[in-house]
Amino acid sequence: MATQHSRSAARLMMAPAVVLLLGWMLVPLTMTLYFSFKKYLPLRGGDLGWVGFENYTRFVTSSAFWPSVQATLVIVGGVLAITVVFGVLLAMLLDQPMWGQGIVRILVIAPFFVMPTVSALVWKNMFMDPVNGLFAHLWQAFGLTPVEWLSQASLGSIIMIVSWQWLPFATLILLTAIQSLDSEQLEAAEMDGAPPLARFGFIILPHLSRAITVVVLIQTIFLLSIFAEIFVTTQGSFGTRTLTYLIFQRVLESQNVGLGSAGGIYAVILANIVALFLMRIVGKNLDA
Amino acid sequence: MARAVSQQRKIINTVLAWAVGLLIFFPILWTILTSFKTEATAIADPPVFLFFDWTLENYTVVQERSDYMRFLWNSVIIAGGSTLLGIVIAVPAAWSMAFVPSKRTKDILLWMLSTKMLPAVGVLYPIYLIFIQMGLLDTRIGLTVVLMLINLPIIVWMLYTYFKEIPGEILEAARMDGAGLREEILYVLTPMAIPGIASTVLLNIILAWNEAFWTLNLTAAKAAPLTAFIASYSSPEGLFYAKLSAASTMAIAPILILGWFSQKQLVRGLTFGAVK
Amino acid sequence: MGQITLDSVTKSFGDVQVIPPLDLTIEDGEFAVFVGPSGCGKSTLLRLIAGLEDTTSGAIHIDGADATDQPPAKRRLAMVFQSYALYPHMTVRKNIAFPMRMAKIDKAEQDRRIEQAAAALNLTDYLDRRPGQLSGGQRQRVAIGRAIVREPAAFLFDEPLSNLDAALRVGMRLEISELHKRLKTTMVYVTHDQVEAMTMADKIVVLRAGHIEQVGSPLDLYRAPRNLFVAGFIGSPKMNLIEGPAAAEHSAQTIGIRPEHIDVGETGGTWTGKVGVAEHLGSDTFFHIHETGLADMVTVRAPGEVNFSHGDTIHLTPRADQIHRFDAEGLRIP
Repeated sequence: MATQHSRSAARLMMAPAVVLLLGWMLVPLTMTLYFSFKKYLPLRGGDLGWVGFENYTRFVTSSAFWPSVQATLVIVGGVLAITVVFGVLLAMLLDQPMWGQGIVRILVIAPFFVMPTVSALVWKNMFMDPVNGLFAHLWQAFGLTPVEWLSQASLGSIIMIVSWQWLPFATLILLTAIQSLDSEQLEAAEMDGAPPLARFGFIILPHLSRAITVVVLIQTIFLLSIFAEIFVTTQGSFGTRTLTYLIFQRVLESQNVGLGSAGGIYAVILANIVALFLMRIVGKNLDA
Repeated sequence: MARAVSQQRKIINTVLAWAVGLLIFFPILWTILTSFKTEATAIADPPVFLFFDWTLENYTVVQERSDYMRFLWNSVIIAGGSTLLGIVIAVPAAWSMAFVPSKRTKDILLWMLSTKMLPAVGVLYPIYLIFIQMGLLDTRIGLTVVLMLINLPIIVWMLYTYFKEIPGEILEAARMDGAGLREEILYVLTPMAIPGIASTVLLNIILAWNEAFWTLNLTAAKAAPLTAFIASYSSPEGLFYAKLSAASTMAIAPILILGWFSQKQLVRGLTFGAVK
Repeated sequence: MGQITLDSVTKSFGDVQVIPPLDLTIEDGEFAVFVGPSGCGKSTLLRLIAGLEDTTSGAIHIDGADATDQPPAKRRLAMVFQSYALYPHMTVRKNIAFPMRMAKIDKAEQDRRIEQAAAALNLTDYLDRRPGQLSGGQRQRVAIGRAIVREPAAFLFDEPLSNLDAALRVGMRLEISELHKRLKTTMVYVTHDQVEAMTMADKIVVLRAGHIEQVGSPLDLYRAPRNLFVAGFIGSPKMNLIEGPAAAEHSAQTIGIRPEHIDVGETGGTWTGKVGVAEHLGSDTFFHIHETGLADMVTVRAPGEVNFSHGDTIHLTPRADQIHRFDAEGLRIP
């Protein structure tokens, strides 16, 4: 419902955003594609000519590739599982009547404001350090041997750090969704004789499904590319080398731009598969 | 509330919620406490909580050694600048999508969001090259533009969801009242969308403030913001817990305070307008 | 000042033509009402005049000047929306001032017109409030105030009373009519309520599926509906439409007789039937009569209090000079 005037105005006003994002997407991507077919070593001779698909085969056949895909999926999946499950529980707890609800909410949101480099550093040194970390003290207090978290349980530790950062986000969205649930629905279910667990399963959880979708979608976008947490803690060692980090190493540490670019294209393809899948869900929700 | 909740249940809820809240907040609290300790107390076994000699020494040391103010200023410029720039570009785009939707509007929105999913690392080297070519490496302007671009999809998306709640008839009324497009957006749409724009701005300042891929990889010294400042404590200085804590506190304090003061707008912003 | 002419105007949304070629002239100073069932295209027609929609073909002239491609802001028309569309972030004063601010009218003149409009609309005490703090009727008046201060060539009203409760609606109806008598400016008013159309209009335009069914004064339409659709739409209670032998007697496919043009009695009469529901309004009594052999139900409006009970036999006499005759195409036979 609009006139020709407003339609052409609309196109004009959308143009800057569309052009900028298109440029931001296409220009570097084209360059990455270009480099991925070259042997390109900036510090060891620069452009050494076309090599066809060699970089692609080398990247996939390298022993580091599959473990890195696996690490990525484990981290994303682990964090999603933890934040959604605990997010639902926490949201239901915070929805109950209590004293000082506002303050508790502030406490719970706080980790979201902490920059990833800070949280990674604080967790790494002050909590997970096997000598002086708080966990080490705690373990010793119970007569146990301190765990070397970031080497012995490296993936778990990273998942734990990242989950701590994202739990507030999941909790808040789910809390907002729970608060919009009509209490009469719950009372009706109670009148119908549904026990608490059934009320949760048949009413609360379905009501939250849209919110959970949003949590999963937005977190996945951010989690696929987590970087600082690994950069600061393990530098990719002990099985924590995600696809992102592997490519980062190929490009910046070993200065093999061709190989890294091929990896970049793989990462783009992987992200697109995930994106396609997620966009379907959001697209449906967009109309609602 | 249709029903009075028994006092006993409320007490249990309160205790449980506070325990969980404090547990989640504990790492931040511990960092802040440690920042006021001496290095020796910081690693004392068993750990000391509140009863120690409070000192501000760590803050002075950190400021002197790493010029905190410069990093802070870079963070403010980059986070604020990229958000402002993003809003200026996104408001007209979101207006178009919300009020003059076409068959392609949904596709464009989804495409914009999908650019957000492109792995940054895949384009790191090209961006690096472009930055060198254009002399943008380690400049605030370069970083501002990049952060604006990576957050633009989110800004457009959020504004779109807020704008869609404004009835189109009001904008039509403005048109009938003789307002041109500029006046319509400036005097009618924007003031009505202030709460939505505020939460968008807040969320994006936080995202930009905490962004730690491009800020680490595209800056060296001049334009480095607080993410880089703190990364420099990675090792071996990280072993000095009290100083690390002081630096950490200084890096997160501005955004923590901003976040707490604007909690209400933020809660809505955090849901990206997707959940009501 | 405010003559509006539509010249073979059409409007399509995609492949669907909602307004087939349509010609219409609204004279300067006239109160024209577009009426019809929902989905008949009356609001679309108003929005075409307003410039909020493009015409697909044809031309719109305002005061003889071609306005077809002009944006709404340039057409010198004021519109009152169904939802009032007040600016929630502005006070009443600023709402009313907005069109003048856009027209860059100087401040003193703005204040003068605001005071004048506020006094006329009983809004003087509310000028510093925001729309959220006003009642429905007050919001409606603010919307009208915003429309009159810019002294437009014509006013457009899009179902302005449909969000008000019944009592307020009658009051506002009178106020708008009063306003028209005072300002003598062209008004185009859209409604689905034929009572509003009958009571307010100088000229009624009855629309169905984008077509104009009839144009005329309220009494023209009441006395001589051009076809069955208009006959059934105008008047309350609805005209009784009768087919079959009773119609054939008048050499017509269908005859129509309004409820108020049927006399009732306990004996004699042309038709007989059984009384169903009787609605006693005091001033009138409505009878719904069954088993007449004419139609499912015949409605009769008897003046004053007439006593027939449910199930009674009743005798009906239509007034011969008030029978409307229609042919097989549904068109009036003169």
